[in-house]
Amino acid sequence: MAVALSERTDKETQEQIVELVRQFTDEQILPNAEKYDHADEYPQDIVDGLKELGIFGATIPEEYGGLGLDLSTYTRIVVELARGWISIPGVVNTHFIGAYLLMRFGTEEQKQKYLPRMATGEITAAFSLSEPHAGSDVQAIKTTAKKVGDDYELNGAKMWLTNGLTSGLVFTLVVTDTEARPRYKGMTCFILEKEPGVSENTGQYAGLTIPPKIKKMGYKGVESTEMVLDGYKTSGEQILGGEEVGLNGGFKQMMDALEVGRVNVAARGVGLAQRALELALRYSQERETFGKPIAEHQMVQGHIADMAARLEGARLLTYQAAELKDEGKSSNLEAAMAKMVASEAGHANTEACLRLHGGYGYSKEYEVERLYRDAPLLLIGEGTSDIQRLNISKQLLKKYKI
Amino acid sequence: MKILVLVKEVPDAAVEKTIGADGRIDRSGEKTLNPSDTNALEAAVQLKEAGADVSEIVAVTVGPDSASRSLQGAVSRGADRSIHLSDAGLAGSDVVATGYALAELVKRENPELVLLGQQSDDAGCYAVGSVVGQFLGQPALSQVSKLELSGTTLTLERQAEYGYDTLEVTLPAVISVSDSANEPRYPSLKAIMGAKKKPVEKLDLAGAGIDAGKVGTAGSGVECKDFQAPAAKAAGTIITDEDTAATVEQIVAWLDSRKLV
Ligand SMILES: Cc1cc2nc3c(=O)[nH]c(=O)nc-3n(C[C@H](O)[C@H](O)[C@H](O)COP(=O)(O)OP(=O)(O)OC[C@H]3O[C@@H](n4cnc5c(N)ncnc54)[C@H](O)[C@@H]3O)c2cc1C
Repeated sequence: MAVALSERTDKETQEQIVELVRQFTDEQILPNAEKYDHADEYPQDIVDGLKELGIFGATIPEEYGGLGLDLSTYTRIVVELARGWISIPGVVNTHFIGAYLLMRFGTEEQKQKYLPRMATGEITAAFSLSEPHAGSDVQAIKTTAKKVGDDYELNGAKMWLTNGLTSGLVFTLVVTDTEARPRYKGMTCFILEKEPGVSENTGQYAGLTIPPKIKKMGYKGVESTEMVLDGYKTSGEQILGGEEVGLNGGFKQMMDALEVGRVNVAARGVGLAQRALELALRYSQERETFGKPIAEHQMVQGHIADMAARLEGARLLTYQAAELKDEGKSSNLEAAMAKMVASEAGHANTEACLRLHGGYGYSKEYEVERLYRDAPLLLIGEGTSDIQRLNISKQLLKKYKI
Repeated sequence: MKILVLVKEVPDAAVEKTIGADGRIDRSGEKTLNPSDTNALEAAVQLKEAGADVSEIVAVTVGPDSASRSLQGAVSRGADRSIHLSDAGLAGSDVVATGYALAELVKRENPELVLLGQQSDDAGCYAVGSVVGQFLGQPALSQVSKLELSGTTLTLERQAEYGYDTLEVTLPAVISVSDSANEPRYPSLKAIMGAKKKPVEKLDLAGAGIDAGKVGTAGSGVECKDFQAPAAKAAGTIITDEDTAATVEQIVAWLDSRKLV
C-alpha cells in the first residue's frame, strides 16, 4: 500500500529552492568536485554546506524539525546536486531512505528519538541490504539476529554500505527466522546505532566493525564500506516499527523504501545526463576541426540531439514516479522504469560526451573523465538495470495476464 | 533601530543584455535579485548579529509585479518584512526619478539606516544611493567595504583609489555596500519557505503619496538617443619570457616608448 507522506510543496517554493540548490552546486560543488574526486577525499565542506541549507531534513516532517518537502521537490534537489557531482546526493540518499523508513514504519518513540537529530544532519543514516555473496538476490542474505535473553545478538558480514563509516545509524536487514519459507518472511530491519567515524566500535556498540573503505573506480569521496557484525547486541526496541510489528516484517519495509531510493538514483542519472550535455554543448562549439567548430558537423549534432532527448525522457519518467508517490499512488512500476532509463541515460550521455571531447575527454584535466567513471554506479546501485527489467516485465505480465 | 535595504530585480547575469528600440534594457528573460543587493542584506544581518539593537530589517523595491519574486528572495536572506512599489507610471524612470520614489518610501518608514548594493547588474549607474541621500538630506556614502556600529555612530571603510578611507558618520545615513564588504551566505531552505509568510506591503504611486509627475518618463531628465558599444581595446603585447635579461630590456623599452619611465 502506498501513502503520501507529506503535503504537496507549492510550485513557487519548489522553484526557489531548486534555484538556490543550483546556485550552491555552481558555486560550491562544481569548482571543487575534481579536487575531492582525485584525492578520494570526503567532501566535508560541501556536506557542512548541505547541513546549513537544511537538505538533510528536506523530507522530514516539520513536527520533527524538518522541512516536510514532497518527493517531487526532493527529486529536483537531487538532480541539481548530481549535476555537480553524484557523490554529493550519495551522501544524502541513504540518510533520506533511513528517514523514509522511520516516517513510514517507525514507532512514535523511534521517530522522536531519531528524526529531529537526523533533520539537522547531527546524525546521518546508512542503509544495508547487500552482503558479500548477495546483492540482487536480497533473500539470500545470511546475517542473523538471534534472541539471547532480552536482547538480540547480530552476526554476519554486510557489504557495500554507502556512508558506512560516517553514519551514526544503519538500517540493516537481517535474518531473524532461518526456517521461514519463503525466506523473506523471516527478515527484520534493525536500526543499528554506532559511533560515527569509528571503525572499531566499543562499549555498548562493541561487535560492530567498519573495515577500511573500498577502493572504487568512481563515485569517490563518499565512502562505501563493509560492516562486520560479531556478537553486536541490541534490544528489540531497535526493530523498525517495534518488536511486535516489525519482527519478520523487514523485507517488505525495505522494498518499499527502495521504491523511493530508486527515484533518487534516477534523479542522479538525470543530473549526470544533464551535465554531460552541458559539457558537450560547450566543447563542441569551442573545438574546431576541418575549418569549423565540431558542432557544425552534422554527426556531432546528431549526438547532441540524442543526448538531449535521452535526458528529457529520463527527466519526465523520474518526475512522474515522484509525482505518483506524492499523490499516494503506487509508483513501483514507474520508479523501476525511471531508475533504468535515467541511469542508462546518464551512462550513455557521459560516453557520448567523452567521445565528443576526443583525446581530451580521456585526460584528467577535463571534467567528463570523472563523469565517465561515476556513471556506472547508477547502473548497479538500488538494483541493476537487468533487475529493473525483470521487475518491470513481471509487473506488466501480472497486470495483463491472459 | 530600523534598517531599510533597497533591492532591485535585474536580468540574470547569464542573459545577454540588449537595448530595445525604446532605449530601455530588455527585461523579458530570466530575472534575479541584484547580486550586489545580497551584500547589503548580508551587511544588515551582520550588524544585527554583531549585537546592534536592530528591531527590524525591511526590504524595499521599486519595480514591476514580477519583482515580488526577488523581493521574497531578499526576505529569505534576512529581512523581516518587505515593501513593494509597483505602478505603470514608474516605467521609464531614470536614476533621479527612481531615487526620488525610493526616498519617498524611506520617509514613510523613517529608518535609522538605509543600505543598498553599490550598483545594479543591469544599468550599473552606481548612483542611486547618492540620489536617495540627496532627497532625504542625509549623508550618503558609496563603495563601503566595512561597517561597524556603536550607538548612532557608524564607522566605515570606504574603498579609495589607493587603500581605504576610514570614516565616521552619525545616523541616519544612506550606505552603498560594495561586494567586497562580505560574502553573502546562502539562505536556508527553511528561510525560503518562511519568506512567503512574512508581511509584504504592496503600494502604488497614489498609495505611497508619490508625485506621479516626478517619476516615469515624464519625471526623468535623461533622454536616451543612441547607444554605442565602447571602443574595443587594442590587443596587448605578449612578451614570452625566455631570457630574463632580454625580457626586462623589452619591458623597459616598451615603457620608455610610452614615456612611462
Ligand atoms: C558504490 C556502491 C554503493 C552501494 N551502496 C549500497 C548501500 O548503501 N546499501 C546496500 O545495501 N547496497 C549497496 N550497494 C550494493 C548494490 O545494491 C549491489 O551491488 C547491486 O544490487 C547488485 O548486486 P551484486 O553486486 O551482488 O551483483 P549480483 O547480484 O551478483 O549481479 C551480478 C550480475 O548478474 C545479474 N543478475 C543477477 N540476478 C539476475 C537475474 N535474476 N536475471 C538476470 N540477471 C541477473 C545482475 O544484473 C548483474 O549484472 C552498493 C553498490 C555499489 C557498487
